[in-house]
Amino acid sequence: MLSQQLVNAITLGSVYAIIALGYTLIYGVLKLINFAHGDVFMVGAFVGLYTISSAYLGLPFWLGILLAMGACALLGIAIERSAYRPLRSAPRLAALITAIGVSLFLENSFQMAFGAQPRSYPPIFPKEPIPWISHHLGVEMNFSQILLILVSAGLMIGLQAVVQGTRFGRAIRAVSFDLQTSQLMGIRTDRIIVLTFALGSALAGAGGVLYGAYYGSIDPTMGIMPGIKAFVAAVLGGIGSVPGAMFGGLIMGLAEVSVVQFVGSQYRDAVAFAVLILILLVKPTGLFARYQSERG
Amino acid sequence: MLEMATEHPDKAKVPVLQSRGCSLSFGGLRAVDSLHLEVNTGEIVGLIGPNGAGKTTFFNLVCGVYRLRGGEILFQGQTIQVGSDSSPAFSWLRKRVGLKPYQVARLGIVRTFQNLRLFRDLSVVENVRVGMAVRLRYGLVSSLFRSNSFIRDEERLNEEALALVERLGLSSWRNERAGSLPYGEQRRLELARALALEPRLLLLDEPTAGMNPRETQDVMELIVEIRKERNLSILVIEHDMRVVTGICQRVVVLDHGVKIAEGPPETVRQDPRVIKAYLGEE
Amino acid sequence: MKGNRLATAAITLMAAALFLALLNWGAHLFFGPYGRRLLIAWGINSLLAVSLNLVNGQTGQFSLGHAGFMAVGAYASALLAISQPEGFGPFLGDTGSYLWILALFLAAGSAAALVGVLVAIPIFRLRGDYLAIATLGFGEMIFVIVLNLPATGGARGLGGIPEHTTVLVAFGALLVGVVIVKNLVGSRFGRAFASIREDETAAEAVGINTTKYKVLAFTVAAFLAGVAGSLYAHHQVFMVPHSFRFMKSVEIVIMCILGGSGSITGAILGAGVLTMLPEWLRLQERFRLKVDPRMVIFSALLVVLMLVRRQGLLGNRELSFSSLRAAIKKLGKNTLDRKGIADA
Repeated sequence: MLSQQLVNAITLGSVYAIIALGYTLIYGVLKLINFAHGDVFMVGAFVGLYTISSAYLGLPFWLGILLAMGACALLGIAIERSAYRPLRSAPRLAALITAIGVSLFLENSFQMAFGAQPRSYPPIFPKEPIPWISHHLGVEMNFSQILLILVSAGLMIGLQAVVQGTRFGRAIRAVSFDLQTSQLMGIRTDRIIVLTFALGSALAGAGGVLYGAYYGSIDPTMGIMPGIKAFVAAVLGGIGSVPGAMFGGLIMGLAEVSVVQFVGSQYRDAVAFAVLILILLVKPTGLFARYQSERG
Repeated sequence: MLEMATEHPDKAKVPVLQSRGCSLSFGGLRAVDSLHLEVNTGEIVGLIGPNGAGKTTFFNLVCGVYRLRGGEILFQGQTIQVGSDSSPAFSWLRKRVGLKPYQVARLGIVRTFQNLRLFRDLSVVENVRVGMAVRLRYGLVSSLFRSNSFIRDEERLNEEALALVERLGLSSWRNERAGSLPYGEQRRLELARALALEPRLLLLDEPTAGMNPRETQDVMELIVEIRKERNLSILVIEHDMRVVTGICQRVVVLDHGVKIAEGPPETVRQDPRVIKAYLGEE
Repeated sequence: MKGNRLATAAITLMAAALFLALLNWGAHLFFGPYGRRLLIAWGINSLLAVSLNLVNGQTGQFSLGHAGFMAVGAYASALLAISQPEGFGPFLGDTGSYLWILALFLAAGSAAALVGVLVAIPIFRLRGDYLAIATLGFGEMIFVIVLNLPATGGARGLGGIPEHTTVLVAFGALLVGVVIVKNLVGSRFGRAFASIREDETAAEAVGINTTKYKVLAFTVAAFLAGVAGSLYAHHQVFMVPHSFRFMKSVEIVIMCILGGSGSITGAILGAGVLTMLPEWLRLQERFRLKVDPRMVIFSALLVVLMLVRRQGLLGNRELSFSSLRAAIKKLGKNTLDRKGIADA
């Protein structure tokens, strides 16, 4: 059933890719590992739950996911404004510690508010595999899976188009390259950073809803491991590179599924760390490295 | 512990620093291009040129901060840096060819920094004591048990550090946090720390930057005195021509990574190529 | 001269013994069994914080995987003790049991230190953020390995660990740990650490082999964390690998930062606040909450600390009697000044 595993890997990889896109954007402009990013993903899933589930607001799916994206964008802006911006000139380690603090705060306060138990997601899409695909391609995929993969791919293409083709995108690239020079050139760097944060967080929020729709259950700690794996994916692909994040996400999905298949499911999380360490030691700039240094 | 393999019998005759055909590029930009440069024992040589000429880059190459691309650098006749071009076998192994910065320092070449790099939170004396670390020998266990050799070494170190602080006129500041010193004193502290290693060659990167004429004069005199006291050789990057004419026996002029002139300060100053290089800056 | 040193050493040892005895006596007089368990927890956490401080505060390298070394020490010690239930007992009686505890410490510390060296050597070519993430990665890898080793009992946990961590043992170990760190910091090694923290490039330029010293700090810290792990194992009697994950590493980091990065007494203070305060406040009971709010508060505290007082309680100064006296004097003077009373 190799091709079925491949499909699973791509699905999983797409989740990681969506989150990784946000990571890579935010690191690009702020040079900060936004530890809280995985938890924004989680918040998005919860917002989706409360908007879509008929037990609460019962809104249509597309509205729910948009609301989740909006909520996460706002959350991202709030985090940037309150926790990261004041530390812009502080030693980088202070910002990293703050990021960890924000991440823990989100996880634990959601646990306090919503309980640590997993919640089931409303059955938005039919769980049955689509017959056409089973018949013609020999693998089983249901609608939410396809949606996940397509949305993820679409987001990457869209994002890449924005980053490469628009003025906004050019500004993001300039700020990522050199903050001070961008300021001197008249770019409103604060505005760009906030917008990038909002964009990245919105993506994570969408990912959260799609994740919930596909996997069927969410809990306040659901963002930790995917967050770390997505970060590894971003590093793997080359932090700052949009196609790199996508590529990295798919590789992480593949690696994880392979390890579970051939070694054992108890090592599923360890793969991420092993890949991380390997990458950091061998090629820290990642596969599609953008910013090289000349140090001998 | 200073590492010297074989000492050249005629050490005074061999130039203390030799750069042969040194090259380094950053991307497409040639930062240093086939540079031949020498500093003889006991000389004070000035290294000048417009901004971006490659002067600090050269210091970084000597110290091993940047990896040399082509050519080689010798210290007292011994090779300390080799260009990765010259030894292709090593470069594909990604082996470090040449000495690392801390090894270069231990060998006897100490540099100061254009933008001052002090240990700001440590006191003046502590800054100097760090510089003397290379000469301490007691081991880990000794420090844990505060053995006799530990106490002896620490006392000796302290005396020497205080003496050096005194010599550089920083006694009244000795327990103050380095970051709280006035600018001129900070520069002298960096010099004191460098001298703590008992170097043979000093690489000074704009030691009088940002100083008024009085301070500049003081530093100039200090450098000349110290050179005589300790029989040092000095290579100094400078923008202030008074300093260059005042203390340098010889001047090397760089522009865009290339040596365009060399000679006594007065001659070089009037060299049309040099004038053009500096004017071209405007 | 030598006789003098011997005398000082003897006096110091006696003072230490007296201090520990008093502590032990006080612990039994003023605290019940639960209180003593809390004290021991404080002691263990203090040792962890003091050891991490060597890496984070003194040398300025950020490690997020310290709990991994604790795990190595805990399991090494526990497994050794379980496999040798008699220890040195049959040979030396009561002293034998103390010597056995010491042997376990050494085993735990050495195992952790070995892992520390193995991790440190590749890791220190990374800087800043990436170093921190790599340490996190290694910490979690250690967790996964421990989880999957059959000998450790995996997720089901390891039980039947001989319990011998008393207040005396815990604080004795802490005392030794503090002395080690303090002596190290006050030597040429500590100066090297500080120089790396202040300006790594400058340190290199004055002949300091920064990699060597980073590895050294890391290894010593790992050793002490291993000893702390041993204390933990023989205190808990039953343990699971999940106690040694990223969360624990973060807790230790919070202790260091709260108390003040770079301060030994600060680390102990921070450990005290983190260990004792939640118990003392008993917020979960008081407000009838579903979940213990301590992590919410600590994480918020972490953010606030970074924003408002990055140096924590003590910064990089130590708490000592002279500094206390000076602080009280200063406080007194300020109050007098404000009341308009001139200084005599």
